[in-house]
Amino acid sequence: MNNAIEVSQLRKEFKSYSSRTGLKGAFRDLLTRNYKIVPAVNDINFTVKQGEMVAYIGENGAGKSTTIKMLTGILEPTSGKLRVNGMNPHREREKFTRTIGVVFGQRSQLWWDIAVQESFRLLKKVYKVSDEQYNEHMGHVIKTLDIGPLLDKPVRKLSLGQRMRCELAAALIHNPPLLFLDEPTIGLDVLVKLKIREFLKEINEKYNTTILLTTHDLGDIEALCNRVVMLDEGKIVYDGELDALKNNWAEEKEIHFQFMNHVNLSELNSLPLQFSTDWEYDEKNQTYIANIKGEDENISQLISAVVSHFKIKDVKIHETSIEEIVRNIYEKGMN
Amino acid sequence: MEKYLEMIRMRFLMMLAYRTDYYTGILIYSINIGAYYFLWNAIYGEKSSIEGLTSIQMTTYVAIAWMARAFYFNNIDREIALEIKEGKVAIELIRPYNYLGMKTMQGLGEGIFRFFFFSVPGMILVALIFPIQVPHHPASWGLFGLSLLLSFIINTQINLLTGITAFFFYNNAGLIRAKRVIIDLFSGLILPISFYPFWAQDIMKYLPFQGISYIPSMIFTNGFTGGEIVYALLQQSVWVLVLLVPIRLLWTAAKKQLIIQGG
Repeated sequence: MNNAIEVSQLRKEFKSYSSRTGLKGAFRDLLTRNYKIVPAVNDINFTVKQGEMVAYIGENGAGKSTTIKMLTGILEPTSGKLRVNGMNPHREREKFTRTIGVVFGQRSQLWWDIAVQESFRLLKKVYKVSDEQYNEHMGHVIKTLDIGPLLDKPVRKLSLGQRMRCELAAALIHNPPLLFLDEPTIGLDVLVKLKIREFLKEINEKYNTTILLTTHDLGDIEALCNRVVMLDEGKIVYDGELDALKNNWAEEKEIHFQFMNHVNLSELNSLPLQFSTDWEYDEKNQTYIANIKGEDENISQLISAVVSHFKIKDVKIHETSIEEIVRNIYEKGMN
Repeated sequence: MEKYLEMIRMRFLMMLAYRTDYYTGILIYSINIGAYYFLWNAIYGEKSSIEGLTSIQMTTYVAIAWMARAFYFNNIDREIALEIKEGKVAIELIRPYNYLGMKTMQGLGEGIFRFFFFSVPGMILVALIFPIQVPHHPASWGLFGLSLLLSFIINTQINLLTGITAFFFYNNAGLIRAKRVIIDLFSGLILPISFYPFWAQDIMKYLPFQGISYIPSMIFTNGFTGGEIVYALLQQSVWVLVLLVPIRLLWTAAKKQLIIQGG
């Protein structure tokens, strides 16, 4: 019973229709339609231990959301085995959903037209949470997320950041041992992101809550997850530590410079440095980009070298995004 | 059980949040009752009764049929279709409750709201303006209430069935509209069933629609007596049970079919 999630050979296929061309084709489509079967999730295997925080990442359309929907009992798998909290999510849906909390970043689970606290009140009844439990647990959640003043406002009047904090609180009303977060920080500003990350960490430490998170934000993953499961075209292409992934695939960092005066690429290339640097010129943005590998110290060395030789207008350090890592892996293959 | 009661309360709050809908509703219903009142007056002319209903019974029938409609009518078919179309049904399925049961409770919440804030004051108003005849016997009121509750259940079941079809056809707006016309017509809202030609009455006997409007309205107007009432109530109850079967089957198939729209 140590594993919160056990997935083996999990597969979900969708029928995808394609329309024929032209008017004649449209008429033929009325009678019979062309379809092909597309596997959105293709025989994947993984387990998540109780208390782990796992990032489930991949490009758009890689099958992340489909997996989450199977894990939460919304969709029925085409084939494969699935045990979450020791239950079959789809078969035992009503019993199972008591043991999970879900936040869909793109979808609200609060009632749009009425005050937040009414939604909480209903969910409290739905999950059969006693008054004591509610006051103790939710009192803390509400304080930490700082949503006390929002409770009597209708959801439609909240900003995105305010709403997301309320969504998170709503998912935690029954203090579930397993939490699914589908892009919880999408479109949020930095302060709200930080608050949410801190809060999730605290929940995990306090209750040993398992968290499975999908995100496009490397910051979320770095702040929260040691383990990363990466999906591409319905298959798991990486399952392991975040650091290893980054060291292998995100070794290059980009530093963007804008100069006050005109600078030649050859001048930049002849800077005295102890490591190799690739310089590129981005004409559209008038920006010089340095690609460097290896240690973080190199960044400061490079910047100090550049600054001592040229007058600069702007510097940006560009971290490799998850998308780029995925693209790298996809282009070069694993190993 | 508590969660279902809470859902009824929730719907109450939502109805209060949308006041304009409420006021326009009152206006539309009064126009309908007024129009049918004058129409039937013209049809009756000098005649004292048609098909066993007197002119006053007819006026009462029209008034009560519309007021009852305020209670049993709901849009949960449209809501289900919308939730499926927008992918919101995902949120409903991660909660530990029965989705269709919850939808029914939402419909009931809406019905109870309109019953108290719409039908009851509306009926008092109508009784002051038009010559209508309310039942004298408390038993008729009780039987009418029971029949009205059954009519709500039948109508809601049909709405659930129509709504679930959205799982299979992603756009079922046409079907929903067709269902609405069929119910208005075959339930006896616009025309009492006894006014239809015999062959049509024979067909309608085997359909659930008259349980929605015709039966409660006939009980209220004393159009049914004694054994007829018992038979009519039994007929409604049977339909309530029978309709559970296709709902169950369709829902099981729908869950397998489910695709969440929009990621």
